[in-house]
Amino acid sequence: MATELPVLTAQDFASDQDVRWCPGCGDYSILAQMKKIMPSLGIPREQIVFISGIGCSSRFPYYMNTYGMHSIHGRAPAFATGLKIARPDLHVWVITGDGDGLSIGGNHLMHAIRRNVDINVILFNNRIYGLTKGQYSPTSPLGKVTKSTPMGSVDFPLHPLSVAIGCEATFVARTIDVNIQHLGVVLRRAAEHKGVSFVEVYQNCNVFNDGAWEYASDKKVRDDNVLELEHGKPLIFGKNRDKGIRLNGTTPEVVDLNNGVKEDDLVFHDEKAEEPTLAYLLSRMRHPEFPEPIGVFRAVDRTTYEAEVNHQTEVAREKKGEGDLAALFSTGDTWTVE
Amino acid sequence: MSTTTHSEAARGAKQVIQLEDATVRLAGDSGDGMQLAGMQLTNTSALAGNDIATFPDFPAEIRAPRGTLAGVSGFQLHFASADIYTPGDRLNALVAMNPAALKTNLDDLEPNGILIVNEDAFDTKSLKLAHYENNPLESEGLGDRFRLIRVKMTKLTRDAVSELGLSVKESDRCRNFFAMGLLYWLYGRSMEPTLRFIDAKFGKMPDVAEANRRALKAGYHYGETTEAFVYTYTVDRAKLPRGTYNNVTGNQVLAWGLITAAKMSGKDLFLGSYPITPASDILHELSRYKHFGVRTFQAEDEIAAVCSAIGAAFGGSMAITTSSGPGICLKSEGMGLAMILELPMLVIDIQRGGPSTGLPTKTEQADLLQVMYGRNGESPLPVIAARSPADCFEVAQEAWRIATRFMVPVILLSDGYIANGSEPWRIPDVSELNKIAIEHPVGREGENGEPFLPYKRNERLSRPWALPGTPGLMHRIGGLEKQDVTGNVSYDPENHQHMVNVRAQKVANIAEDIPPQAVAGPENGDLLVLSWGGTYGACTAATQRCRAEGLSVAHAHLRYLNPFPRNLEKILRSYKTVLIPELNMGQLRSMIRSKYLVDAKGLNKVQGKPFSVVEVMEKIRELAA
Ligand code: SF4
Repeated sequence: MATELPVLTAQDFASDQDVRWCPGCGDYSILAQMKKIMPSLGIPREQIVFISGIGCSSRFPYYMNTYGMHSIHGRAPAFATGLKIARPDLHVWVITGDGDGLSIGGNHLMHAIRRNVDINVILFNNRIYGLTKGQYSPTSPLGKVTKSTPMGSVDFPLHPLSVAIGCEATFVARTIDVNIQHLGVVLRRAAEHKGVSFVEVYQNCNVFNDGAWEYASDKKVRDDNVLELEHGKPLIFGKNRDKGIRLNGTTPEVVDLNNGVKEDDLVFHDEKAEEPTLAYLLSRMRHPEFPEPIGVFRAVDRTTYEAEVNHQTEVAREKKGEGDLAALFSTGDTWTVE
Repeated sequence: MSTTTHSEAARGAKQVIQLEDATVRLAGDSGDGMQLAGMQLTNTSALAGNDIATFPDFPAEIRAPRGTLAGVSGFQLHFASADIYTPGDRLNALVAMNPAALKTNLDDLEPNGILIVNEDAFDTKSLKLAHYENNPLESEGLGDRFRLIRVKMTKLTRDAVSELGLSVKESDRCRNFFAMGLLYWLYGRSMEPTLRFIDAKFGKMPDVAEANRRALKAGYHYGETTEAFVYTYTVDRAKLPRGTYNNVTGNQVLAWGLITAAKMSGKDLFLGSYPITPASDILHELSRYKHFGVRTFQAEDEIAAVCSAIGAAFGGSMAITTSSGPGICLKSEGMGLAMILELPMLVIDIQRGGPSTGLPTKTEQADLLQVMYGRNGESPLPVIAARSPADCFEVAQEAWRIATRFMVPVILLSDGYIANGSEPWRIPDVSELNKIAIEHPVGREGENGEPFLPYKRNERLSRPWALPGTPGLMHRIGGLEKQDVTGNVSYDPENHQHMVNVRAQKVANIAEDIPPQAVAGPENGDLLVLSWGGTYGACTAATQRCRAEGLSVAHAHLRYLNPFPRNLEKILRSYKTVLIPELNMGQLRSMIRSKYLVDAKGLNKVQGKPFSVVEVMEKIRELAA
């Protein structure tokens, strides 16, 4: 019997809880876009689970009218992995941040990604610890002066997407909190990808690290600092779309299209490339030397972890039949006492 | 011990002495296959109808430097025609495969006990490695103190397999089968079960299989022909209760108990685990039973292991995480979360010697206070403990019954001694197994503006286990303090007090749901021995013998450590003195003292070894006299 899905709206995905982020926080925009794309996925609310760790971003599940778990610091990918193995039918999101996901939870993130568990990991990168009031994070730039680094941070930062690609991620994307249209599209693509989807969202913490992404979010300058990736299209950017990325050997360089460089000379984006070399190269392009790419870096097919685990269960059942306790208890040699 | 003697042609016309029980230890280098030999001797004795108890004892290193004292691996077996509870205090027979094994094990051999040595291994180099200045076989008067049997085991084994063209190294690897063969002859055991084992295990390597067969038979026939033994021995079938039996190790039958609990509750089993001694065998065992719907997840670390299990519990699985002390430390935060989420799951701690990495392959009971109190905040969890290998089967089911009835993670304690030890387990009739009833709230159409109430409690104070995927029951759970009933985040001071009280009361309520504590021996008197976990055997045997000596001593063995059975206080107050023997420095004792203000005495030892019966008896005599 075919049941018709009720038509839902973004409002149906709002829980009855008051949202408690600071006014002006980039998290609001991400929450709004998430609620907005949800109805269009065609997945009943009860099939959706949001899991988070600890941090500002990790309050997210409380605000979604779906199933949710606000877990412990850094471990959300591990909870999600267990849940997905047990319940492959569920649609599972992990909400994390640069501290939660890359510092205390780096190990779990790495392993959930390499296993290709079918979850969507959204990492809100604000390059700071918000909830603990302003210490530097693994993505804070060198020299960052914070409460815990009064003379500037000497920690070399890491790039979330480079990490994800290094962990064999099958879907990698980047977007920006205030670029709501792009944000919506990327979240949707992440939801639709089978396997792990890793999305970095440039998120502004207007209280402790205001303007960290200004070069990429401010309408006045962003077109010159951000490059929107499109599959099969050349890497072109700039307010007048007159600048491009060309490879010089294995090194990317910015070229001026007004200077006789043709589009064909530029790098063409291929998100489906089996080898992640191009995606990695793109993930290394940093402001101000380069425009920072946003969009889908990589989207390839690979069987999911939970599918393989559950496949083995099926194969075992086919071979041995449904487990029988009496047979189990008699494994090996037995003897009878009369 | 010996009762009758008679002769038996098949055993080389030696005199056969009938024994009630025998304790035998095989000791050699960790590469000598002593554990395998011990397990075979165990199986064979079990199949011969003996009651058995075993104590495998091996180093933490996989292959410690050959021939060294640190590299000695031993396996002790106690087999009997009567009910036995322990692997035996004193050895009746010791097989020493090299000087190091002789040196580290000789003290445990009874005077005039049987001492079988591989004399080929007593060369200058091996003697030096074992720190012997002179060859003890020549100089220490061993032959006067023990019934010393010197066997050229290396040579005889090489001779037996010489036609097969194996390398010297490969030939020498069969020596454990030679030793086994000799013991089988000595105790009148059939070689059949081990021959079957060889077929199954080495079937794909016909040369190796044949070599082991020949070595086994050579050992057996050596016994028949040598003049060295005056007697052989026999131990009759034990009068175990009727039924069909299997010889099981603690970890193995714990895994079977978990599978049974899953089946009896209609759940798929999920195990999140990270390899750790001595718990890994549960992961290995469970991973073989995928056709039971078992899913095992070897996580990236201990934390991910517990967290994945919590995720699976949220999804409706029978979720388990297994570990040992160091892993439990890492899981503490996750356990606290599972506790405040109020999700059912099992945390299984196979204790080993601590602190820190401690003595990974040795036994200890020193995690009790950790699992009781080792979490931040007010975080009580139920704790139950297995008492013996076979007991693990029931305890696994009981833990899951409590977890689901009270929506709470349950901690199950075992230890290295129980985990690796084996004993006969009476196979239950599947139709006699208890169902574990679990209810999940059903979905609802629409929500009528009424949010679902995930922390609305029943009369036991347990909350509904609503599963993702159920329409209309969407809810969020988390580690922040929550309002009762609604589950909404709440920082209200009164509510926090209320929730702490409710969670504690819920665990306390379990006392109403478990059987009262049983006592063996007089209902009141001079002394109560109160024990828990793997000391069951030693304490049972010790109290039985002391009662037979006329002492007024009773024994209560606790399965439930939190909450305690409701009649425990009355029991404690019925004796003049309470003695709590533990393989720790007094952990249960401090719980009993602080809860009941009873001045309990301790018998405490942390030497990586179980209690001997005599140790416990001595303390009982001291206190009850
Ligand atoms: S501290 Fe920063 S990240 Fe956290 S809610 Fe406030 S603005 Fe947002």
